[in-house]
Amino acid sequence: MKKELNTQKIELIQPESSEQKYPYIGNVQAGFPSPADDFFHDYISLDELLVDHKETTFFARVSGSSMGNDFSDGDLLIIDKSLEWEENKIALCFIDGEFTLKRIKMNDGKCYLVPSNKDFPLFEVNYEQGVTIWGVVKYSIRKH
Amino acid sequence: MYALIDCNNFYASCERVFNPTLIGIPVVVLSNNDGCVIARSNEAKAIGIPMGAPAFEYEHRFRRYKVKVFSANFPLYGDMSRRVMSLLSNYSPHQEIYSIDECFLNLEGINVDLQKYGLEMKARIEKGTGIPISIGTAPTKALAKLANRIAKKFPNETGGSYVIDTEEKRIKALKWLKVEDIWGVGRKNAKKLYAIGAYKAIDFVNLSEAWVRKNMTITGLNLQKDLKGIPTIEMLEPEKKKSIGTSRTFETDLRSFDEVRERITTFTSMSAEKLREQNSFCKRLIVFIGTNPFKEHETQYYPSIQIKLPFPTNSTLELVKFAHEGLKQIFKNNLYYKRGGVLLTDFVDASVYQPSLFFNSDPKHKKLMEVIDKLNDKYHRDVVRLASQDERKHKMKQAHLSQHYTTDINEILTVEV
Repeated sequence: MKKELNTQKIELIQPESSEQKYPYIGNVQAGFPSPADDFFHDYISLDELLVDHKETTFFARVSGSSMGNDFSDGDLLIIDKSLEWEENKIALCFIDGEFTLKRIKMNDGKCYLVPSNKDFPLFEVNYEQGVTIWGVVKYSIRKH
Repeated sequence: MYALIDCNNFYASCERVFNPTLIGIPVVVLSNNDGCVIARSNEAKAIGIPMGAPAFEYEHRFRRYKVKVFSANFPLYGDMSRRVMSLLSNYSPHQEIYSIDECFLNLEGINVDLQKYGLEMKARIEKGTGIPISIGTAPTKALAKLANRIAKKFPNETGGSYVIDTEEKRIKALKWLKVEDIWGVGRKNAKKLYAIGAYKAIDFVNLSEAWVRKNMTITGLNLQKDLKGIPTIEMLEPEKKKSIGTSRTFETDLRSFDEVRERITTFTSMSAEKLREQNSFCKRLIVFIGTNPFKEHETQYYPSIQIKLPFPTNSTLELVKFAHEGLKQIFKNNLYYKRGGVLLTDFVDASVYQPSLFFNSDPKHKKLMEVIDKLNDKYHRDVVRLASQDERKHKMKQAHLSQHYTTDINEILTVEV
């Protein structure tokens, strides 16, 4: 089982090359003639579930643990670069020569990048500072 | 109408996607083994680093201008190319991928404002992948190439998308383009054209067809028609490759037969894998090796041998045997070999191939190869390989390699939080 989960993880990285599907147990039919075919009536594909646009989806890894409960060390991020940023979304930003994760907040017509760690200051988006929103985080996957 | 879409400074742009600190500073990418410059950012072009510059000769200039130097990261470039091409394929049912960073789209029957259509492509590809592109649209492929050149040369005026859709624009563009910059006109032809006083594309277009045919063959004539606005150069939709080769410069000079044989085995195995990918068999194999041309005092020797196979095959085991046989014929002792390669050619389709009565590829190999390919695809390349293949994973000199951000889970972007 563990091994399979591990395989799942490998498959995820290359959404184009493989599409591992997992049987989904549907409504169990009562009554006598219950062909096995009815038992498996669809598949769940993690690729389909987690990746909307395979061409513009990129993976990243969280390092460090100063982001409160939102992220922890080792989390795998699934980032869609094609998505427009929106209020409350978490974005992968490039600020001061570094990649960082911030939640986007609007207030009084100003845009703020909010770190999860409350000890860190808000960051007001100001175009002269050269902030780039690289992509929007769609999912994060944590190993438990 | 045809559109030619071209990624701007593609390799340098790929590096910048994952390392935005590189934006605005000179970036160069070096060839396999870090030999010479194969890609430059605009900033690197501006400080006079030519295409093909040998890296060791330019080290001083790299340091002086703080040029960021990268070893070619082909897994990354290949993956980014696939993403860009896949997005572009949404804009037309007919796409011809011309090179890793260029494709043609046939826009016949697509009734839209073509300038806007180009800008829309550009916005979507740049946002989704981070790769900047230029688009040229025109009634023929050669003119689309030319429109693309204008789009790239004048980004402020064109926004990166230029359409040649009137006679006036076509003439103006032809008057601007130098003959040596015409798509497909080589240096040799450019010389011929200069010799008769044809300096601009318009001069070439105005030459008599008889002269062009005589001096530049049918290819030149087709090109001339295309530039006149008569579509002559057709779309080449993807088809199977007609030959597959793998060759490399060795990191160090190799002297022993066993060492060279090891490399030849690896090249054969890599080519055979590609052959199976397109479901072909090959009937001919060429092995070549060469000494180091920079060691002028050493004996120079560049032999090659063609082997007509007794039966078509795509089995690595069988091909390697033939390659070894070929190498034995051409290998000479006491020389320093610097490069080598294997070329597979003369293909037949595996699904329609008729086996001969006496000599056949061993049918057991088919299953075996399938298993090997699957394992290598699933885990990493070369997890299963022949014993005669070399063990060292990378012999290439790649001192400045960036991460495989999109193809290796252990090398994806890291975000410090």
